[in-house]
Amino acid sequence: MKMRNLVLLAGLVSAPAIVVAQQTTLPSSAAPQAAPQAVEEEGLTGSVSDENEWQDLGIAIPAFPTNASVATAAEGGNTEALGRNVARVVFNDLKNNGLFKPVGPDALPAIAFPQVAAPAFDGWRGRSAEMLVQGFVRANGDGKLTVGCYLYDVALGSELARQGYVVKPEEWRRAAHKCADMVYSRLSGESPFFDSKIAYIAETGPKDRRRKQLAIMDSDGANHRFITNGQATALTPRYSPDYSQIVYLSYLNGAPRIYIYNIGTGQQKLVTSSNNPTFSPRWSPDGKYILYSMAIAGNTDIYRVSVGGGQSQRLTDSPGLDVGGSYSPDGSKIVFESDRSGGQQIYVMNADGSNQKRISFFGGRAATPEWSPRGDQIAFTNIAGNFRIGVTTPSGGSMRLLTDSWQDEAPTWSPNGRIIQFFRTERGSGKTGIWQVDLTGRNERKLNTPVDGSDPAWGPVLP
Amino acid sequence: MTRSLLIAGLAAATLTLGACASKPKTLPPEPGPAASNSYQGSTAATPAGPVAGSQADFIASVMSDTVNFDTDRYNIDAADQGILQSQAQWLGRYPNKSITIEGHADERGTRDYNIALGERRANSAKNYLVSVGIDPARINVVSYGKERPIAIGSDEESWARNRRAVTVTVN
Repeated sequence: MKMRNLVLLAGLVSAPAIVVAQQTTLPSSAAPQAAPQAVEEEGLTGSVSDENEWQDLGIAIPAFPTNASVATAAEGGNTEALGRNVARVVFNDLKNNGLFKPVGPDALPAIAFPQVAAPAFDGWRGRSAEMLVQGFVRANGDGKLTVGCYLYDVALGSELARQGYVVKPEEWRRAAHKCADMVYSRLSGESPFFDSKIAYIAETGPKDRRRKQLAIMDSDGANHRFITNGQATALTPRYSPDYSQIVYLSYLNGAPRIYIYNIGTGQQKLVTSSNNPTFSPRWSPDGKYILYSMAIAGNTDIYRVSVGGGQSQRLTDSPGLDVGGSYSPDGSKIVFESDRSGGQQIYVMNADGSNQKRISFFGGRAATPEWSPRGDQIAFTNIAGNFRIGVTTPSGGSMRLLTDSWQDEAPTWSPNGRIIQFFRTERGSGKTGIWQVDLTGRNERKLNTPVDGSDPAWGPVLP
Repeated sequence: MTRSLLIAGLAAATLTLGACASKPKTLPPEPGPAASNSYQGSTAATPAGPVAGSQADFIASVMSDTVNFDTDRYNIDAADQGILQSQAQWLGRYPNKSITIEGHADERGTRDYNIALGERRANSAKNYLVSVGIDPARINVVSYGKERPIAIGSDEESWARNRRAVTVTVN
């Protein structure tokens, strides 16, 4: 797949200057004129707390108006309906992660196009909205769409941020995710994460004859697509850093082997020509190498191979099972699990395999470590009766358990390192679902997938 | 198969070939080279046993096609040795047959580790067969980790049954 870049516009309605991937903050005086207009009385449905945490901010997100409603291939059929859908996506992004208390377009009055850059602040104050997200949709002559996104502080009556995005109609959701990312980043100080994708394993069928297919979806579950048909069991996918490829395990020819699947061509290749089973693949942060586990005569060690093929480099040589592995964001270190001490525990080593040191001394076993994209935390599966998702520092300190269920395993990080996805297995039925939890452990929710899901792998934010 | 059944079968292992011969069965008159994967009894007037050298014959001849393991373990204990010896005897009788040993883990483990563990268990069974004289070239190994349980409960008995290495004949 060719990487699709979003073009961000600075100045939006008033100024046609184009910048790439740059957030701009301009005073609203540069925006088009409009007389403030009384907003109808409908009231926010979400209550606004007084805890002064940004997580509790009330954010109003009315439908994005259009300058002229014209037909578009994007969802809704015309730019007016699309504008409502864009606002809905922004609302759902901000709502579903427990970060804010947004109110969406279906509970708010519509605004007129000129109001986008000149909000009726008095009316919004009357609704107890602290923040206001407004935007617009405009069809361009070349068939593309421009989506504008503005964030206002209602109390101050000032603009906090604005961005514009030029997208093809079929990519309209990305503009909404970029808008949600702008709001999230501006209000939380954190890096964005909504405009990203997830690879996972879609599961169907009874427990003893489970069909497992490779599937992909946007971070909010939209644009869902099955990659494999399920005839061969597929497991443990990981997106390449540029989203062009997925590395995963398949029993395609009867034995577990790692394949690199090219999304654009639909072709796949074995990651090594070895006849030994290979599994548990991970990308290096620069996308040039695959870290993987290989069993030879019953003993599993960790290896590294160039994406282009060639000789593998063996990184571990203990007689125990050395499995998995996840690079630190700078690529200098690898965290992995090993049962060399008798049970699964977490170890850190240099990228060349030197200086292997155990970091987990938490009681129970510790497995499936994943290094945060921020570098400051390692997520893992703690096995002590229940299987729970935990986090610890790269030196094994400050361990915290974030979930408590019968079997939660296989954490994967959001691109900004604030949210962890994992999969939960139900005792007895064996049914699986993808869940996510934030680092506080308080905001936990199940993702909507068409069928059961496991082995989630969250990719980076799209450029 | 439960652990107690396996242990009960250990005594039979010492009977060597007699253990196989003691099973009631009727050999088909003309095995023939192409008969290995087909059953001849369905239309026959008289009931026939499994085709010699077939998977069905293997199942009928050996103490078990399965050895089981304790949690996180992969050692071949005395009961497992009896089972594997009976498999070795069958392989001795059919030197052209190859096998695949499928290694499995129970659901109470993480996915990747269970693939490694199943591989280690299957290799333990393979290594034992090799130690009693079977050519390693005849033995293929594959791990299914926790992906293919035979017992679907979430309880100790089911997990014990699922921690296993299963021998399947090939060709």
